[in-house]
Amino acid sequence: MRKVYLDHVATTPVSHEVLEAMLPYLKDAYGNPQSLHDWGDEAREAIEDARGRVASLIGAQPGEIIFTSSGTEANNFAIKGLALAQQSKGKHIVVSAIEHFSLLHSARTLEKWGFELTLVPVDRYGVVDPEGVAKSIREDTILVSVMHASSEVGTIQPIREIARLAKEAGAIFHTDAVATTGTIPVDVKELAVDALSLAGNQFYGPKGAGALWVKKGARIIPFLDGGVQEGGRRAGTENVPAIVGLGKAAELAKAEMESRTDRLLALRNRLIEGLPSRIEHVRLTGHPTQRLPGNSSFCIEFIEGEAMLMLLSSKGVAASSGSACTSKVLKASHVLTAMGIPPAIAQGSLLFSFGLDNTEEDVDYVLEVLPPIVDKLRQMSPLYSKFLKEERGGK
Amino acid sequence: MPVYNEKVMEHFMNPRNVGEIENPDGIGEVGNPVCGDMMTFYIKVDDNRLSDVKFKTFGCGAAIAVSSIVSEMAMGKTLEEVRKITPALVAQELEGLPKNKYHCSNLGAQALNKAINNYLKKQGKAGESKRRRKDEKE
Repeated sequence: MRKVYLDHVATTPVSHEVLEAMLPYLKDAYGNPQSLHDWGDEAREAIEDARGRVASLIGAQPGEIIFTSSGTEANNFAIKGLALAQQSKGKHIVVSAIEHFSLLHSARTLEKWGFELTLVPVDRYGVVDPEGVAKSIREDTILVSVMHASSEVGTIQPIREIARLAKEAGAIFHTDAVATTGTIPVDVKELAVDALSLAGNQFYGPKGAGALWVKKGARIIPFLDGGVQEGGRRAGTENVPAIVGLGKAAELAKAEMESRTDRLLALRNRLIEGLPSRIEHVRLTGHPTQRLPGNSSFCIEFIEGEAMLMLLSSKGVAASSGSACTSKVLKASHVLTAMGIPPAIAQGSLLFSFGLDNTEEDVDYVLEVLPPIVDKLRQMSPLYSKFLKEERGGK
Repeated sequence: MPVYNEKVMEHFMNPRNVGEIENPDGIGEVGNPVCGDMMTFYIKVDDNRLSDVKFKTFGCGAAIAVSSIVSEMAMGKTLEEVRKITPALVAQELEGLPKNKYHCSNLGAQALNKAINNYLKKQGKAGESKRRRKDEKE
């Protein structure tokens, strides 16, 4: 059976070059970067080299990069560490309603610790209104965080504008750029942000390596206490192979970004244009143009996402969904809900996220296998039969 | 997707008794799209037995598998026997459901019961049946 992986938001594969770069550090070059001997030197040079490559990808200084275990850790670190460092100035933080749970739940934890939180809404395309952010900022606002793009609906935020307003109001600005770094141009100076999270497994690096960039001079409370690793800001023996992989992935992403984007856009658009002509009552979620190149997210009406995923999986297609039934906690995606998508429609969430291994044939395969799946589930759906009866009654 | 066991998968992939019954003797609808799942059961009753059971379900794999197995469990049974199909029995017949999907088995049993209530109400026997069930308990 044909196998088609269209769940790159969950994770990208590790590219061949990345794996090759990592292997020596899983074998003979096993030293601890903190050790004062040849083995230590070799490992230390490798992670410093990787630091330079990651910094170069986002237009930063190497000394500003703190390696973490994941995007989730980077977000936890950023929100808690920046807020705690600023708490003498105020206790109010502002984040958007569609942030990743690693950020949203970190902000909720801060609330429990005595901070106050304001969530900024989004419009129907999932766009955060910069004016909305500005209005949420108070005298005592110390930190504002808005994601660069949502991996779930693909919408890219006007970060530069939001960051400017936040900083004019005297707050520190952080952006979760896990969905964008390595995929679209991310330059910390151009975006004019103070801190930024990224993760290697979103751009062909390994799982287990992410980074937090914090602008030189900005204060942050260490997340993990212990030794002097990462300038004393993130203790723990460095995950050398993963960090090396992240560095290699960053180097490749920088060199190939334009050609990668062109390929992803072509595939994404082929699906976005092809699906509505084969399936009725499909809506694209997220912004029609300001969206990630590999993201095509839909809501397919009258049916439910998990059932679609299972039938797609039986045809070898891997996708994802923000439906309530798909989530372990049985809640519809907070992103779709914040965009004002009615719960019944959000249940039909289906996300295909493209990667570099995908081909036009993959898109055509989805266009071939999805309509019968939708048809099968609609034949079973009481919502669909009600809709048909009402439609007939109306005519 | 190995979240579900083989039996659940088999019923999900090949659900039995999908559809509607024209002029059914009873209809039972439970759930709503807001909370995720919605099931509608249609029954035909002959001589106190379910001579036909059909369903339509909006929901996840578990909801569809539950609907399918419930329709099978109920087919041909007397109303009294059908009343004894509990969520636990449904889950047992499916050889287990993930914890967070257990509520789907409630919906299946509920929908079927509602269809019977609807039938009895049409027959004007709703009160009588309630008394009978009470008697059984005592």
